[in-house]
Amino acid sequence: MPAAPFSWIQPHPHGIHVVPADAWVDPSRPVDTALVTHGHADHARGGHGTTYATPETLAIMELRYRTGAEDDAGEIPHQAEPVRYGETVRLKGGVDVTYIPAGHVLGSAQILLEHAGERIVVTGDYKRRPDPTCPPFEVTPCDIFITEATFGLPVFTHPPIAGEMAKLTERLAAHPDSCVLVGAYALGKAQRVIAELRAAGHTDPIYLHGAMEKMCRLYEEHGVDLGELRLVSDHDKEDMRGHIVVCPPSALNDRWSRRLPDPITAMASGWMRVRQRARQRNVELPLIISDHADWGELTDTIREVDPQETWITHGREEALLRWCQLHQRPARALALVGYEDEDD
Amino acid sequence: MEQFAALIDALVYTRSRNEKLRLIGEYLRATPDPDRGWALAALSDGLDFPAVKSSTIRTLLKERVDPVLWTLSRDFVGDTAETASLLWPQKPTAPEEAPSPPSVSETVELLKGMTRKSVLTELPALLDRLDVSGRYALLKLATGAMRIGISARLAKVAFADAFGVPVEEVEEYWHGLAPPYPELFAWAAEGADPPDMAGIPLFKPFMLAHPLEDTVVSLDDYVAEWKWDGIRVQLVHAGEETRLFSRGGDDISHTFPEMLPALDFPAILDGELLVQGTTQGGETGGAASFNALQQRLGRKTVSKKMLAESPAFVRVYDVLSLDGENLREKPWEERRAILEALMARLPPERFDLSAIVEARDFEHLAQIREGARDDAIEGLMLKRRDSPYVPGRKTGLWYKWKRDPLLIDCVLMYAQRGSGKRSSFYSDYTFGCWDGDPDAGADLLPVGKAYSGFTDAELKKIDRHVRQNTVNRFGPVRETDRSLVFEVAFDSVHASKRHKSGLAMRFPRIHRIRWDKPPHEADRIEALRALVRD
Repeated sequence: MPAAPFSWIQPHPHGIHVVPADAWVDPSRPVDTALVTHGHADHARGGHGTTYATPETLAIMELRYRTGAEDDAGEIPHQAEPVRYGETVRLKGGVDVTYIPAGHVLGSAQILLEHAGERIVVTGDYKRRPDPTCPPFEVTPCDIFITEATFGLPVFTHPPIAGEMAKLTERLAAHPDSCVLVGAYALGKAQRVIAELRAAGHTDPIYLHGAMEKMCRLYEEHGVDLGELRLVSDHDKEDMRGHIVVCPPSALNDRWSRRLPDPITAMASGWMRVRQRARQRNVELPLIISDHADWGELTDTIREVDPQETWITHGREEALLRWCQLHQRPARALALVGYEDEDD
Repeated sequence: MEQFAALIDALVYTRSRNEKLRLIGEYLRATPDPDRGWALAALSDGLDFPAVKSSTIRTLLKERVDPVLWTLSRDFVGDTAETASLLWPQKPTAPEEAPSPPSVSETVELLKGMTRKSVLTELPALLDRLDVSGRYALLKLATGAMRIGISARLAKVAFADAFGVPVEEVEEYWHGLAPPYPELFAWAAEGADPPDMAGIPLFKPFMLAHPLEDTVVSLDDYVAEWKWDGIRVQLVHAGEETRLFSRGGDDISHTFPEMLPALDFPAILDGELLVQGTTQGGETGGAASFNALQQRLGRKTVSKKMLAESPAFVRVYDVLSLDGENLREKPWEERRAILEALMARLPPERFDLSAIVEARDFEHLAQIREGARDDAIEGLMLKRRDSPYVPGRKTGLWYKWKRDPLLIDCVLMYAQRGSGKRSSFYSDYTFGCWDGDPDAGADLLPVGKAYSGFTDAELKKIDRHVRQNTVNRFGPVRETDRSLVFEVAFDSVHASKRHKSGLAMRFPRIHRIRWDKPPHEADRIEALRALVRD
């Protein structure tokens, strides 16, 4: 007797279980076999037996776990299995796994799972806007589309990045005796902001908080040109006047920033769309730049993929669920734990 | 409107007071009349457009956006105007057809002309002419409350700084003038004569008190009065007209019309407005509970029944001017003598004199204060005998010495997300006391709600507790597993039909967070009921 449709995939609070392969997608606790979408700490935890991920993601994980830069750093994966974009690997139980670009950060992938003629796509985190640091999201037809919903509210519309970059460079030009301190997530956002500044013709050196140096180097090793980068700790206060300084969001209001010359506090995040969120962070220059899909991208993508069913992993799932209902699309929210969204 | 919207955005993201003053000043100097006058009014007192309500905005949006998505968005953003500005469906137009944004004065004129009916078509037309920042500024302006961290006082200081005039003078003229304040700008910006205020009953800024805290004063230098639990008012008669002003300088004459004929000679009186009654105040009192007064606050019209059942009176404690003579420079003792003599000219059913609390010394006074559990009394006022009447809070002249709060241990039951700066944080707490022995299966009954008394760091910690211990969700409200104890401080507790517990607290606030205390050790309802003094 054939099994019930899609019974081979089971959502649990700590991850999505691919039953025949006994593998887990982005599990939040150690498992034997993990399929990791991308290198952010809440998706790529350590301590698994075998980790399947793109070579870039594995390099990111190794860097983070080796350096212990993350609070909840686990151990280096016992066994790393690199899977390149477009490559398919067969797991036990007859499950085929293909990694497809998600456009979120360097190495980020959607995971296509195929079994018994059924196709399931897990997006991980994704966006549809162009990003000079990673290949673009590819629409992949499937039966079940398991999507993120970090910015799943209709108030979230990320404006074109060029305007946000102009806000940053104009503020810098208007305050040549200050520096603009940009809080940006250390993996992905920081490098994207720097690469976009370079693309916009900003050739001046950019100063980095120490916690960002290694990840920037890793991006450069993977072919992303970030121009001249300098460490804040190697320079005098005076050198930084009229320059851009990039730091993790947690350092924005930290004592660390006292070493900077009259910093104007900026933050690059999709949350900056909401004034009160910027105010809570004491941000003077909000830059609405996100590595996640906004409301329009989330809903357009569901329309394009046109799955039989949509599952929603994390974020503002209630609103996206409502949208699916309004558009007669079967959907359910998965109560996954352990994903964070505060810093994007 | 673009410059005004840019100013609002800049103010939202500016922390420094000096920078805020600079931004407002720059705008006021660079913007022509009457736009700048309307903008100043919007930033200070707010403008009132009766046709535009927060509910109007909700109605308009729910016609354009799915109501569930609207509610989820509003709940996340924490501000109706901002949510609407973000969700307003922007019509795609070619650049050459882009609608021209209205000026501030055109916006104000259009808003003034709207009726409850026409607002439903005219406000959308206006919103269509603006971008997202413009829509935010428009909706904030139209609903009368900017809530962007600019006080009326700061706006006046910014005006004074911008044109190099004394802020005290600005405040004197302010209440006699109406937006867009052409006379004020002519005087401050163009050097015209100051506005002529003769014959207009004008509000004079109140003299305020500092909390006494650990200070000890000598009763040789200070005099004590009860601090009454009503609302601070100023009653002004000039040019055949009487007006009643609230603490913030709002004209509340229409709310208490019976007070207006009661003062029929030129004078400015400072006192506490109370409602007549017998439940509170004992032999010195004659005031009803604050509840009775609350029934009368915020009303535009007052019914005859209400006037008969809950008539107001003013307990006078100072006189600022009399028969055209300014008394504010005189020491308190002289003003008090003038006031005592003046009482004979005032109708006794509308005025009485705030009594002096006699005490041998400070220690004796402290005992008297401890003994006063009367609900009409919030504590004591200490006034320096030689103090002139100066606006604002000058150190060392007047002190307020509130009685100590009552305390009770309650258990957190429900939490709701806050708005404004606290949007997305669970910052509004409903807590309860045990209706019997919790170990014998008694349940919690809600007894109050509090939003304050904790630091930002504590808020984050409670927010995390709420998220991790949620057992139920009802829209923006989460029910918790009742595992956290708050020590709640409050001023008094009354019988109330509004709550299931039959009790209502006044000014409840979180006094301490008892992470250490097991919830079954929190207080029972009887303990709270024993504190009722009605």
